Amino acid sequence: MGPGPGIACAITLNSALTPEQQRLYQDPLIVQRLLRETRTIAVVGLSTDPQRASWFVASYLKKEGYTIIPVNPKADRILGEKAYPDLESIPVAVDLVEVFRPAAECLAIARQAVAIHAKALWLQLRLVNLEAAEFAARNGLTVVLDRCVKMEHGRYFGRLHWAGMNTEIISARKARLP
Amino acid sequence: MSKEVDPRRFGFETRMVHAGHIPDAVTGARAVPIYQTTSFVFDDTEQAAQLFELKQYGNIYTRISNPTTAVLEERVASLEGGTGALATASGMAAQLVTFLTLLQPGDEIVASSQLYGGSITQLVHTLKKFSIGVRFVDPSNLGEWEGAITPRTKALYGETIGNPRGAILDIARVAALAASRGVPLIVDSTMATPALCRPMEHGATIVVHSATKFIGGHGTAIGGLLVDSGTFDFSRYPSIAAPSPAYHDLRFFDTFGHYGFLMKARAETLRDTGGCLSPFNAFLLIQGLETLSLRMERQSASALRVAHFLEGHPAVAWVAYAGLPSHPDHALASKYLPKGAGAVLSFGLKAASGGEGRAAGRRFIEALQLFSHLANIGDVRSLVIHPASTTHQQLSDEELAKGGVSPELIRLSIGLENVEDLLWDLDQALPAP
Repeated sequence: MGPGPGIACAITLNSALTPEQQRLYQDPLIVQRLLRETRTIAVVGLSTDPQRASWFVASYLKKEGYTIIPVNPKADRILGEKAYPDLESIPVAVDLVEVFRPAAECLAIARQAVAIHAKALWLQLRLVNLEAAEFAARNGLTVVLDRCVKMEHGRYFGRLHWAGMNTEIISARKARLP
Repeated sequence: MSKEVDPRRFGFETRMVHAGHIPDAVTGARAVPIYQTTSFVFDDTEQAAQLFELKQYGNIYTRISNPTTAVLEERVASLEGGTGALATASGMAAQLVTFLTLLQPGDEIVASSQLYGGSITQLVHTLKKFSIGVRFVDPSNLGEWEGAITPRTKALYGETIGNPRGAILDIARVAALAASRGVPLIVDSTMATPALCRPMEHGATIVVHSATKFIGGHGTAIGGLLVDSGTFDFSRYPSIAAPSPAYHDLRFFDTFGHYGFLMKARAETLRDTGGCLSPFNAFLLIQGLETLSLRMERQSASALRVAHFLEGHPAVAWVAYAGLPSHPDHALASKYLPKGAGAVLSFGLKAASGGEGRAAGRRFIEALQLFSHLANIGDVRSLVIHPASTTHQQLSDEELAKGGVSPELIRLSIGLENVEDLLWDLDQALPAP
């Protein structure tokens, strides 16, 4: 179950960003809106190895009802979904581009995300490329850096809490059903 | 949403009563419900498999996690400023889970010699069975810490406030040393609690608690917690970074990032060693937490009054309380514990000749009317004990001396009684000059 309406808490732990960058690229309200409005997620760098972080995240998101599109030039199918070599080969509209690739590749991925008219670019935990972020933001994409989609979903839907983690959410409002 | 408000960092007291608990969507229950259940029904076979593979967050079995216990865990993590926490059956279990998660056979710990006696026996005797070694150092001597570190050292360990002599760990300096050697500093902060000191703000990696003491505060439940700051780089720390044979070669740091240590502690160590907290005890400890800062401030203030009183009493030879200017660590207490040096202090009675101190101590304890004679600290009731014959009796004379426990030492834990009544009781029980 999710927290009550109007989460007003500062979410500041576990970030490599400065407070100003956190305001731009880790705003809790923007993250919640993305999780709510996104339907289709292209996962760039989704591994075929079920013990890799990208597989953990994508399998979680698929179970949560998101449509997952693997982007991996070395795979045909991952998690039962057809894989594409790059973003531009995907034949359907993509809401969110989620990136599990080294920071040096992120600017090129951001250009592709803009080219396919994705609505948002999300670089995973410990992944920061400000040039890529600024390029995507300038072209109208919502951008999140250095955060994990699975952890953030778990934070706002009550499940990260079950693992004893500090969600930083403080609210006396009754939770909402998912 | 009516209007967007600026994100707010809520204060300690607010988090003490709210963190980790949002009233649930169905019942809206305001107090934390007790989920007194061993196990949890799966949605379907696929979800069951994903839970066991750690690919979903969720509850399987109360030995691993429980929704009531999760409130305690998140609340203590929030109060310490950590990334998360794991509750255990006792403080000893919290410490053991921490060590067994981090250390492998052949590894070593460098630890303060001024530890709770039970911690010393766990380090020396129980960890030896796992081929884990320990070197003890005088916590106030940075050179000793530095000199004891070898290539096998995988963690440093100390107490915020040492039990029972009140030695204060110079957390920032020891943490800087630990960081320079690429090992985590683990701090037992039972005697301080996050209301008085938050070791992570000074660089500690992991904080462990006996929640039995001041967190619970009412002498009703045994429990422990370990809290991780989430700031230590475990990417080259073998037990957290390397593929784990106990979990299908999962690499916990790679997969869970700053949650890697805690995920491994829960999914492997707690799962396999079984020292879980009962949900009912978690509830009792949560009740205690809700008044933590109020109790710690009052009990510390009363302890300072008692310490001053004893120091001025003609029958008392010495008083060890870091809140007193006479304590060697008073300056450190002022730095790390500005709201109070805790509620535990120790003292020794004057003896006419050698060996007399022990007998005088016995007569004193027998004469007390309000102090309860028992083996615990951190109750709302004031407590008294003679450690050399009880809590620390398993230690050799040499270990006792290193830990600062002389035969005549009497330990007090000051509660919430009227402080004038406590002074009256001490005065009537102390030998007439």
